[in-house]
Amino acid sequence: MRFVRRAWILAWKDLTIEWRAKETLNSLFFFALLLIFLFQFALGPDRERLSAALPGLLWLGFILSGLLGLGRTFAGERDNDCWDGLRLAPGEKSAIYVGKLAGNLLLMLAVEAIFLLLFGVFFDLDLVAALPGLALVVGLGTLGLAAVGTLFAAMTAHVRARELLFPVLVLPVEVPVLLGTVKATEAVLLGEPLGSVAHWLKLLAVANVIYLTIGVLTFDVVLDG
Amino acid sequence: MKDATEPLVHVTGLRKAFGAALVLDDVSLSVRAGEAVALLGANGAGKTTLLRILATLARPTRGTAVIAGFDCAREPERVRERVGLVAHGTLIYEDLTAEENLRFWRVLSGGQALAADLREALAAVELEPYAGERVRSFSAGMKRRLSLARVVLARPQVLLLDEPFAGLDQRGKKWLEEYLQAFKAGGGAIVMVTHSFGRQLSVADRIAILGGGRIALDRPRPSVTADELARLYALHTEEAP
Repeated sequence: MRFVRRAWILAWKDLTIEWRAKETLNSLFFFALLLIFLFQFALGPDRERLSAALPGLLWLGFILSGLLGLGRTFAGERDNDCWDGLRLAPGEKSAIYVGKLAGNLLLMLAVEAIFLLLFGVFFDLDLVAALPGLALVVGLGTLGLAAVGTLFAAMTAHVRARELLFPVLVLPVEVPVLLGTVKATEAVLLGEPLGSVAHWLKLLAVANVIYLTIGVLTFDVVLDG
Repeated sequence: MKDATEPLVHVTGLRKAFGAALVLDDVSLSVRAGEAVALLGANGAGKTTLLRILATLARPTRGTAVIAGFDCAREPERVRERVGLVAHGTLIYEDLTAEENLRFWRVLSGGQALAADLREALAAVELEPYAGERVRSFSAGMKRRLSLARVVLARPQVLLLDEPFAGLDQRGKKWLEEYLQAFKAGGGAIVMVTHSFGRQLSVADRIAILGGGRIALDRPRPSVTADELARLYALHTEEAP
């Protein structure tokens, strides 16, 4: 119970600050808009090319915006030495990881929802029928991204070249998630049943369990650095 | 505390090196319950490093630092439950209100964040009228007072203070002096880093000067006059106070 309260207060703190400052959310919204403009210029009106490239483009957008947001996870903790405060708080540090992860997950899902909406509008796509399956795949994929990203953001928080190092570290680890999500998204958008991509969903679920376990077990060491 | 007769802060043979740079070398210091030690020293003497080791934010290269019977390096969680640190950073989130900041740190530390307790802590530092205001609009002195309210709320056994009077106005300084005297009277121990030779030293029962990586001088405060302190400080730190 104490663990949950500690994780909750951290997620609440991050989301409240983001809601008031809107630093990350505003930037990511415009970034998503910019990406969609670029995609539209690159692909043109050819719907066949678009449907072939759609799953990849969608996840490219999610990952790029996710990396930008995740990289800033601990930026606020550097101000006023709040990082030291997190270290000094008695109790399991994994609660801080879970809280940060929950905040990141909600923020990323919000940006992805906006991104999907804009995608549908700009490319004239009807995503409503695919929405339940898409929500499952996006949820699993985003959890994997956030689990690794939160941990690596903490690891690189005090590194001078963190903006460069962060994506270089995260992306190779995310390969199973990227593979699984792109393949599963492709099937879902083609109207195939979720059962046909069960193996990809299992891969995502297993990868998430591994990432979360590593995050929970190692965050204490990472925070005390 | 494991043994009530032990000092609340007990440092023995402490050494801290950053690469080739030796900052602390064989530092030993004890602070008993109800006692305050003012730690003086030149810039780079290792005062803040010593505080960080006591607060479990840094690990010693050699030697031991024990707080309330718990080793800072081997039992950091036990130590963290017992110390309150007020350092240069205020540990404040500027986009939260004063009350939200206190609630956040209280819950994160595993405590109950009762509204009455939060208000009481804010009232203690005269910030209750600003409880619902975002900290971003606060002056530096108000932020400093909020940082002190966080420590007041945590009710630690040992206070580690790095220039605690910096940024406070005269009323704030007076309040802090009274709070620290009451804290000592309640059985707490204080280690206070300061550069000031002024009235804030009146809180201290002992004065220790850190020079050459060691405690070069450790004397009861009443036995040292202001002139003598200035002379001893210059002698041990090779700089004028």
